[in-house]
Amino acid sequence: MDLTFQIQGGDFTSAGTASSEVRRTLKELGVDASVIKRVVVALYEAEVNIVAHAYKGEIMAQISPEQVFLRLTDQGPGIPDIEKAMTPGYSTASQEVREMGFGAGMGLPNICRNADVFNIHSVPDKGTTVEITIQIN
Amino acid sequence: MRVCPTEALRVIDGKATLHPEWCIDCGECFKVCPVRAITVEDDDIAKIFQFKHRILLVPSIFFAQFEEKLTLEAINGILYEMGFTELCMVEQGADLLIDEINKYVEEFEGEKPVISSYCPAVVRLIQVRFPSFADQIMRLIPPLEVTAQYYRSEYQKNGVPLDDVGIFYVTPCAAKIAAIKAPVGGYISPINGVINMSELYNKVFLAYKQKGVNENEHCTLVHSTVSSVGIHWPTTGGEANHIKGRALAIDSMPNVIDFLERLENEEIKGVGFLELRACDMSCCGGILVQDNRFLVQERIDNLGQELPEKHALDTEFKEVCSGRVPMSPVEPRAMVKYHPDITIALQRMEEARRLRDEVLPNIDCGACGAPTCEALAEDIVCNRATLEHCVILHAYDADSITIEKIWGKKRIKK
Repeated sequence: MDLTFQIQGGDFTSAGTASSEVRRTLKELGVDASVIKRVVVALYEAEVNIVAHAYKGEIMAQISPEQVFLRLTDQGPGIPDIEKAMTPGYSTASQEVREMGFGAGMGLPNICRNADVFNIHSVPDKGTTVEITIQIN
Repeated sequence: MRVCPTEALRVIDGKATLHPEWCIDCGECFKVCPVRAITVEDDDIAKIFQFKHRILLVPSIFFAQFEEKLTLEAINGILYEMGFTELCMVEQGADLLIDEINKYVEEFEGEKPVISSYCPAVVRLIQVRFPSFADQIMRLIPPLEVTAQYYRSEYQKNGVPLDDVGIFYVTPCAAKIAAIKAPVGGYISPINGVINMSELYNKVFLAYKQKGVNENEHCTLVHSTVSSVGIHWPTTGGEANHIKGRALAIDSMPNVIDFLERLENEEIKGVGFLELRACDMSCCGGILVQDNRFLVQERIDNLGQELPEKHALDTEFKEVCSGRVPMSPVEPRAMVKYHPDITIALQRMEEARRLRDEVLPNIDCGACGAPTCEALAEDIVCNRATLEHCVILHAYDADSITIEKIWGKKRIKK
C-alpha cells in the first residue's frame, strides 16, 4: 500500500501529519510496536527536515508485509557535504537556534540509527532525496 | 458511538453493541447515551450486610458533590445509618505514595516518562491504542488500594477474621470498577465491592431531604484524617505537582490521546513523569459524579485549605502498607482491526481504504451503525457489514437531486 503526502516548507503546524498517518496505518495492521516506533521517529525527523530547510517536498510511504519503505523528496537548498551532515553533533543551526534547544546535529544520524537501509542523495540548490527502509519482521 | 476513543461501538438491531476487546471502560458512551441504556456493573448496597464489619472507602470527590449546607458530619451520619460501620477517606493512602513515586521515577531504568497508573481508563487506553508505552506504566498501586490494604491489615491485627471484613468503595467512574474486578499486572484487590457514586449520592440526598440532618452519635469519621495533598489527588495535577523533575498533568480523553501520539513521534522529550486522566478535570468530571465538575473542584480546593499537610495516620500507614506490591508489567493488548496475519490485514486495509475514498460518502453520519465511513469500510472487508448498510447511498439512488442540493455534486457518488 502506498501513501503520499505533500509537505510545505515552513509549515510547522502541519509537521508530523505524515508520521501520524503512517503510525496509525501500521498500528491498524498490527505491526510490532518497536518497529512502528523506529519508522515514526525516522519519518518525523525527516519530515521536519523538509519543513525546516526545503521549499516543499513529497513523502511516499510504501507498506508491504515485509517492510516499510519511505522516500522523501524535496526541492530546496540541498546538503553540500552529506558526510559532515551525517556526523553526530554537526549542525548548520545558529547559536541562537541551538540555545532554543533545536539544531543539536542529531537529525540525520537519528534517522540512520532507526533505519535498516538508509540512502541520501542531494544536489546543491536543487534538493535532497532520502530513502529509508525498515524491515517489519 | 462516535465518542468511543477506540471505535468499539456499533448499532446493531437497534442497540449499541460493544466490541469487548476494544473497550477500555472509560465510560464516554455512558455519559452521552440519550436513553441511559448503558449501565455500570456495580454492586448492590445490600451486599454490605454479608459482612459484620462494613467499611466504606469514600473518595474526596463524593463529599465535594454536596452543597456546603450539607456538612461532612451530616453526610457521615446518613452513611452510618445506611449500615456502614466505618468510613474512611480513600486519599489517606496518597501521602506515602509521593515518596514512593519519586523514588520509582528516580530509579526507573526504562524509557521515560513514567506514566501514572492512577487512572484505569488511561492504563487500558495504553494497552489497546499505545501498546509501546505499556512498560512505562508505573507499577505502584493507587491510593485506594493502599488505603484498602491498611484497613484490612488493621482489622487482621486486631484479631478480626478477614471473612467478617467487607471493604467497599464508592466509585466516580466505570473504569475503577473494572480495575478492581479485573486488575492489570497480576494484582488482586482486597476490595469486596464497588458502589456506584451516583446511586449513593441519590440515597444520601434523599435521606437528607426526607429526614434532614440527624444528630448521630457516630457522626464523626473514625479515620477522617486526610491531608491537603491527599484531598487533591483525584484532581488534575494532584500527583504531578508533587513529583520532582519535569512532570506534566493532562486530563480528558482527546488531550491524553493527542499527547501520547506526540510522545510516540518523539516530538516531546525530557518528561520524567506523566499524570494522565481520562475525564475532563480528572475525577471531578467522573461519569458517576453528579454535580458540575467546576463546583466539585472548587469545594475540594476549599476543603483542602482547612487540612494539614500530613494526615494523622501518616506514620502508621508507612509502617504497614506500601504502593509497591509484587506486580508484573502491564500487558499490551493491541487491537486486531483487520486480521492477525499482516498479509491478509494489508489486503483488507487496501480494500477498506478504496471503499472509504471511492465508494462511501465520507460524511460520517453514523446512520449505518458504525461511527465513521472508514469504520463501516473496515466492517465490510471483515464481513461484519455490507455496503447495503450505507443509508446515504440508498437515499442518493432514490433522490439524487435533493442529496446534491445539500452535499454538492460528486460528493456522495464519486
